[in-house]
Amino acid sequence: MTPAIEVRAVEKHFGNVSIIKDLNLSVAQGERHAIIGPNGAGKSTTFNLISGYLSPSSGEIRLNGNVISGLRPFEINRRGLSRSFQVTNVFARMTVWENVRCAVLWATGHRYAFWKNVDDLPEVRRRTAEILEDIHLSHRRDVPAGLLTYAEQRELEIGITIAGGANVIMLDEPTAGMSHAETERAVALIRRLTEGRTLVIVEHDMSVVFGLADRISVLVYGHIIASGTPEEIRANPKVKEAYLGEEAH
Amino acid sequence: MTSTAASASDIAAKSSGQNLRFYGLWVIAAIALVVLPLIFSSGGSLTSFSLIGIAIIFALSYNILLGETGLLSFGHAVYYGLGGFAAVHVMNAVAARGWPIPLPLIPLVGGIGGLVFALLIGWVMTRRAGTVFAMISLGIGELVGSSSLILRSVFGGESGISTDRTALPHIFGWTFGPQIQVYYLIAFWVLVSAMAMYALTRTPLGRICNAVRDNPGRVEFIGYDPHVVRYLAYSFAGFFAGIAGGLAAINFEIANSAYLGAVQSGMVLFATFIGGASYFFGPILGAILVTYLQLGLTSLTSVWQLYFGIIFIGIVMFAPGGIAGLLMMHRPLIRAGTLGMVIPSYLVAALPTLALACGVILSIETVARYTVTGGEGNIVKLLGIPFNTTAPATWGIAAVLVVGGFIVARITWRRIAEAWDRAASIARDRGYLA
Repeated sequence: MTPAIEVRAVEKHFGNVSIIKDLNLSVAQGERHAIIGPNGAGKSTTFNLISGYLSPSSGEIRLNGNVISGLRPFEINRRGLSRSFQVTNVFARMTVWENVRCAVLWATGHRYAFWKNVDDLPEVRRRTAEILEDIHLSHRRDVPAGLLTYAEQRELEIGITIAGGANVIMLDEPTAGMSHAETERAVALIRRLTEGRTLVIVEHDMSVVFGLADRISVLVYGHIIASGTPEEIRANPKVKEAYLGEEAH
Repeated sequence: MTSTAASASDIAAKSSGQNLRFYGLWVIAAIALVVLPLIFSSGGSLTSFSLIGIAIIFALSYNILLGETGLLSFGHAVYYGLGGFAAVHVMNAVAARGWPIPLPLIPLVGGIGGLVFALLIGWVMTRRAGTVFAMISLGIGELVGSSSLILRSVFGGESGISTDRTALPHIFGWTFGPQIQVYYLIAFWVLVSAMAMYALTRTPLGRICNAVRDNPGRVEFIGYDPHVVRYLAYSFAGFFAGIAGGLAAINFEIANSAYLGAVQSGMVLFATFIGGASYFFGPILGAILVTYLQLGLTSLTSVWQLYFGIIFIGIVMFAPGGIAGLLMMHRPLIRAGTLGMVIPSYLVAALPTLALACGVILSIETVARYTVTGGEGNIVKLLGIPFNTTAPATWGIAAVLVVGGFIVARITWRRIAEAWDRAASIARDRGYLA
């Protein structure tokens, strides 16, 4: 079967500085794949390259077998890939309801329509209500997103990401800054909402990574040094060295 | 999923309630527009109402950019002006060739004129938002403004191009000679345009415009190209500005370079900002106020622009939400029933604040009369009281009003803030304030 995401020999330079060197990554359909690595390893850059926020200096990225490297983020999104952000990135002055609804509109085919009343679209309304229910924010639907608590904003961030119904979901440190209880809630949420979809996740919390992922890739200095099941990664001497080396500093 | 179904039906019930209130408001607006000239029937007020109507459409069109999409334009009058010129040229052609186009359709010609130019110029302009957009809009404004004086055959040079609105085919026996008929024509287009622009905010495009305003970067990751969204918003803004320009051409029976100049662009920004860009009705309030100020102040004082500047700075500094923002701040208090806690502090503050304002006005007028327009005599009238600008007593009174008013007013303003905090915290406890 065609992999959901395939990254082949991708490099990214900013001027003379090489951030990503010969990156190869393959994520199978329906797999939950975690990318881990020390700070500055290029995890967020990898996300930005795959989602189109940055375009690779060389190499090729495929989504469900089709080349997406060089496309704009919205073009990649329309092909079924949706991502969240490490720093909360919502529509601050709009209500929770409107935030999710905006993320539903393109996928339901309403695009740039200026001849339809947005409140009279039953499909949009139903999906928005469902997503709000899923992310436990129905009771906060009329609150401007900028006034939510941090944990609620993180949940809304996930809601916006999944609202379009994309097949491939990429979450960039979804539990960063959360308390233990909030993290557990968020992991359960992610597990439930990405059921039957492909998930790529960047995460620092190892309990989240080993609890959630089917496969793990370890990124160090812009290069993937190991890729495998959680057991294989735990036992991998190169990974141990990279992580111990990082901690010895 | 029963709770989902429940919340969806809640929404349906809520939106039908909103619909009722929504249509009620428009009916009231329509009745007000019809009745207004029957109550204030003097020629002067008809002229004022006509100008206000044009300003309302223009300011609402500007707010499609500023308030809805977050685009700060310094050249919006370009579309107002081009709409006006399109209208004048078509009116003259209709009169000369006897085409069967009646006057009430001419504003649409203006709108199409504005739309066509917005479609032509907009794609490049809306590539970027923020400072880049603002700078390009300023440049385009200057470009079109200066070419209006160069391309004489199109823009008529300094004198502009005049027209005769009564020369078009008449319908229902309306010649559109009398101002009252022009007023009703404008009122009709105000209602139609305002409803259309409100409806636009309630469409998928309108919602995504807000999303682009709040966070264009994120919009790209929910499937939308912010460039296209900005371009469409820009085109709609150009269309409605063109309608306003077409109405102005009908009202004044002329289009000239002043229509598309920087002053006109500044005025619409001013009206929208003072009224409040965050609410749909904000620009309406702003257009009414600014037009009245323009008409009223110019006959009262030679330095009326100074007062405009002071008001603008005051709003930007102390009430960035504009008048609409100030009004809407009180909504949670009204709902929570705590408005009564702040009203007394307003009344207490009114007198010293008024004294301060009188002092400032007296100082400005005295200085202006003394230095700028000495030839107009030394007497300045304030609230019906004559003041001699050369008399030391006048200077003394002004100083006392400014200093004394400020000292007392500051205390009363602090009391407003305290009363406000108490009222707001109760409203918060009752769940009406987030």
